[in-house]
Amino acid sequence: MTLTMEAPVPVFDDDSTGRKIAIICSKGSLDMAYPGLVLANAALGEGIETHLFFTFWGFDIINKETMSNLHFTPVGNPATHTSPMLMGLPGMTAFATHMMKKQIDGIDVPEVPEFLEMITDSGGHLWACRMSADMMHLTEEDLYDRVEGIISASDFIELSEGAQTIFI
Amino acid sequence: MSLATIAGHDIHLDEEGFMTEYDEWSEELAGQFAANIGIDLTDRHMEVIQFLREDYKTQGETATLRRVSTVGGIPTKELFQLFPKKPAKKMAYVAGLPKPAGCV
Repeated sequence: MTLTMEAPVPVFDDDSTGRKIAIICSKGSLDMAYPGLVLANAALGEGIETHLFFTFWGFDIINKETMSNLHFTPVGNPATHTSPMLMGLPGMTAFATHMMKKQIDGIDVPEVPEFLEMITDSGGHLWACRMSADMMHLTEEDLYDRVEGIISASDFIELSEGAQTIFI
Repeated sequence: MSLATIAGHDIHLDEEGFMTEYDEWSEELAGQFAANIGIDLTDRHMEVIQFLREDYKTQGETATLRRVSTVGGIPTKELFQLFPKKPAKKMAYVAGLPKPAGCV
């Protein structure tokens, strides 16, 4: 222990405005949705400009029809440490989804819609991919209200200029 | 760890400047810490700080932003206004608590 006259003050680095993060969410299963949401939330808590771009199966995360009901499919997922034969049994996806949701809730992490609300309340930006919307015949009406727009791949490239980009 | 004298009291701080002894905190110190990081404490700030301190007493860890909004009842948006940019860490600093360890 040292005796100091001057107390250290944490450096919160408010002026480091340069950092920016873009997260591409391309998968819509429960286990692939959360990493993007958790990272976005963490980045926002650090004062970093954060954009989430939802594409292909990632659309399920922002599609009003599916966002509350994402699944975890244990088939072919080695992380389950269980026989692949067993994981293919009927009802296993529902069971595994139920278990995972329980675990997520158990550590007080919100469900997808509430998580997106928290992210946007923290200043995060949500974007939907134009090609995916066209393929799935979805419009802004079908998407979570706080999605700021359906944008093209080149729009995304433009807005993510200078961002650290994470693909999930 | 270092021992600093702030507002006439000896206070234990870690290398970054966060308090390490729960009981050494006072409202006076909170005002000083807030001023250090450019925040003028209002009653609303103090509501957040009091929640964090009470919650720490029962939970043994610093509440995350989500917990402050869901359990403490102060909306996320407002937390970002009261403690701009890095609300969780700034709140913990002013409240004399360790940085929150939780991910969400």
